Amino acid sequence: MTRRATTVSALAILCLASGVAAADTIKVGVIGTMSGPYALFGKNFKMGIDAWVAENGTKVGGHDVEFIYRDEESPNPAKSKAIAQELIVKDKVQYLAGAYFTPNAMAIAPLLEESKTPLVVMNAATSSIVEKSPYIVRTSFTMWQNTVPAAKTATKNGAKKVAIAVSDYGPGIDAEAAFKKTFEADGGAVVEAIRIPLATTDFSPIMQRIKNSGADTIFTFLPSGPPTLGFVKAYLDNGLKVAGVKLMSTGDVVTEPDLPNIGDPGIGILSTYHYSVSHASPENASFLAQIKKGGGNVDEVTMTSVAAYDGARLIYKMIEATAGQRDPVKAIAAVKDMTWVSPRGPVSIDPATRHIRQNVYLREVAKVDGKLINREIQTFDAQPDWALSKE
Amino acid sequence: MRIVLSIATDALAYGMVLFIISIGLSIMMGLMRVVNLAHGAFAMIGGYLASYAIRDLNAPYGLAILIAVIGAIVVSIPFEALLYRRIYRKSDPLIQVLMTIGITFVIIGVVNYIFGPSLKSIPLPNALSGPLDIGFRMVPTHRVFVIACGLITALLLWLLIEKTEFGIKLRASVDHSDMADALGIRTEIIYAVTFALAIGLGAFGGVVGAEILPIEPFYALRYMVTFLVVVSVGGAGSITGALSASLLLGLADTTGKYLAPEFGEFFFYLTVIIIVFLFPRGLFGRSHA
Repeated sequence: MTRRATTVSALAILCLASGVAAADTIKVGVIGTMSGPYALFGKNFKMGIDAWVAENGTKVGGHDVEFIYRDEESPNPAKSKAIAQELIVKDKVQYLAGAYFTPNAMAIAPLLEESKTPLVVMNAATSSIVEKSPYIVRTSFTMWQNTVPAAKTATKNGAKKVAIAVSDYGPGIDAEAAFKKTFEADGGAVVEAIRIPLATTDFSPIMQRIKNSGADTIFTFLPSGPPTLGFVKAYLDNGLKVAGVKLMSTGDVVTEPDLPNIGDPGIGILSTYHYSVSHASPENASFLAQIKKGGGNVDEVTMTSVAAYDGARLIYKMIEATAGQRDPVKAIAAVKDMTWVSPRGPVSIDPATRHIRQNVYLREVAKVDGKLINREIQTFDAQPDWALSKE
Repeated sequence: MRIVLSIATDALAYGMVLFIISIGLSIMMGLMRVVNLAHGAFAMIGGYLASYAIRDLNAPYGLAILIAVIGAIVVSIPFEALLYRRIYRKSDPLIQVLMTIGITFVIIGVVNYIFGPSLKSIPLPNALSGPLDIGFRMVPTHRVFVIACGLITALLLWLLIEKTEFGIKLRASVDHSDMADALGIRTEIIYAVTFALAIGLGAFGGVVGAEILPIEPFYALRYMVTFLVVVSVGGAGSITGALSASLLLGLADTTGKYLAPEFGEFFFYLTVIIIVFLFPRGLFGRSHA
C-alpha cells in the first residue's frame, strides 16, 4: 500500500512536472432506469453503488471517482445509445455501467471498442450480451443461469406437462429455450409456450389459455416491474392455484418489494434466483446495514443493488489496475478471474465468458415474523451461464 | 363454447374498465369540446388516493373509492377554475393539447415525488378477491364486480342525462350553448359540474380498474392513447358510443391476447382502423356544426 502510494505520488509529481493536471477525476457513466415504471431498479443501481462507495471511499489510488447517472427509462435502444455516446464524448467517462434492459445493453455494445470504454452490465440478462464486445463484464445473472435449476426442480417435484409463458424479448426467449431444453432432456413435455408482449398488463386471457392446455406446472419469466405482479395475481385469481397448477419462475417474478402486494396467497410460490434479500450471511447483513445507513429503504432492495455493488467493486479494481489510465484490455484482464464473497454468496468472474459464476438458490415464498420473504431451501453451487459455458 | 364464454367474460371486464374511465373523457369532449389529455392523470390520482387510503389509513374499500372520487375532484377544482374554464368550446386544439399534456406531466412529476416510482396496489376486500366459480370457469371475483360497476355507471348516466332536469340543461348546452345561455341556463355551472362528473368517473374507473391497468406514475401517459381511441371510435359525447366502443375494443384485444398473444396489440388497432375507416365520426358520433 505504501509502495503504491509512493508510486502514485511519484507519478503525480511527474505529471505536474510535465504540465499535465494531476488532480484527475475518473468518471463512470451509469445508465439505469431512473424514472418510469422500472425506476425502482435504477434506484437500486444507485443504492448499491452508494453502499460500495460509502465503504470504500471516493478515491482509488489517488484518483477521484465520480458516478454520473443517466436514465434509460424503458426498453429503448436508440435512446440508450444516444445517452452512452453523450457520456463518452461529452462527459468523457472512462467506464460505463448499468443497463437494465437487454436491447439497451446491445445498443451500447458497439460503442465500447471504438471508444475504449469497458462496460459493466449490472442487470440485462440475455446470455449473448457479453459476446457483443470483449470490453463487457457482467455482475448480474443470465436467464440460462437461473432457469436451468428451475427446470431441474420442476422435474424433481414431479412436473410432467409444463406451460411456458415468457415476455417476448431477448431474456424471455432465452428463458423459454433454457427451460425447454433442460426439461425435455429430463423427459418432461412442454404443452404450451406463450410469448407475451412486454406491454401486457392483463394476464387473465393467458391464464385461461394455460388452464385449457392441461399443464400441471407453469414456468414463467417477466422482467421485474408492474407486469410481474399482474401475472402472479392473474394466476391466483383465475383459480389456477386452487386447481393445483404449480407456478415456477425465476426470482424476477417475486422480487421482495412486490411480495407485500402479492400478499399471503403467494405463499409457496417457488423460484430460482441468485439473490434473496433474506440471504443469511454476514456479507449480506453488512451490505443491508450499509444501505440503511445511507438512507436507503431495505424493503426496496432488489437484485440490481447487489449487481451494482459488485459492479462497483469491479470498476474500482479496474481503475486500480490501470492506474487511472484508459486501458480497457488491462482493465478487463484485471477482473476477469476475480473471486470474492458477494452479499449473494461466493462468486467469481468466469475468464472465458466474462460473466459472473454464482450460486443459484431455490426459494419459496414464506412468511417469517409477519413479513413475506423468499426463503432459500436449496443451493445449486457455482452455476455458470449454461448457454455460454462449454461445461 | 367454453373458450368463447371465457373470452367473453374477460373481454367484458376489460371493456367495462375502459368504459368507466373513458366516458368522462367522452362527455368532456362532447360537451366542452376539450380534448383533455390529463384525463388519465386524474384517473391515476384516484388510484393513488385509494391505495393510500386503504394501505396507510386502513379505510375499507368502499370508503376508499369515495375518498378517491372526491379527492380527485377536489384536486381538479383549481385546474378547472384557473385553466380549463378558459378553453371550453373556443380554443383551437393545439392550445388544448399543449395545456392538458403539460398538466399531465406536472401530475406525473408530483405523484412520482410524493408516492415514489413503484407500482401501488389497491388491496381488495376479502369479498372481492380470489377466484369465483361461475360454472364454466373460475374468474377473479373482482372482474364480476367491475362488470357490475360498468353496467350501473352506464345506467345511472343514462338516467341522469335523459331523465333529470340537469340532463335537459346539459343537453341544451351541448346542442346550442349560446341559446341555452340566453334562456337563462347558467352554462358555466353546467360546465363546472360536468367537469367534476367527468373527473369523478375517471377516478372511479382508475380505482376499480387498477387490477387490469395497474397504478404507477406513468399510468397517465401509458393508457391515455387507449382512452382516446375509445372516445374516437365511440364518438365524442355519446354514452352508447363509448359503451359499445369499449366492449368492442375489449373484445378485440382479449381475443387477440388469447388466441395469438405474440401479436400484441395488433388486433386492437386493426379493429380501430376498420371502425374509423367505416365510421369517420365514430360509431355514434354526430357532426357539430
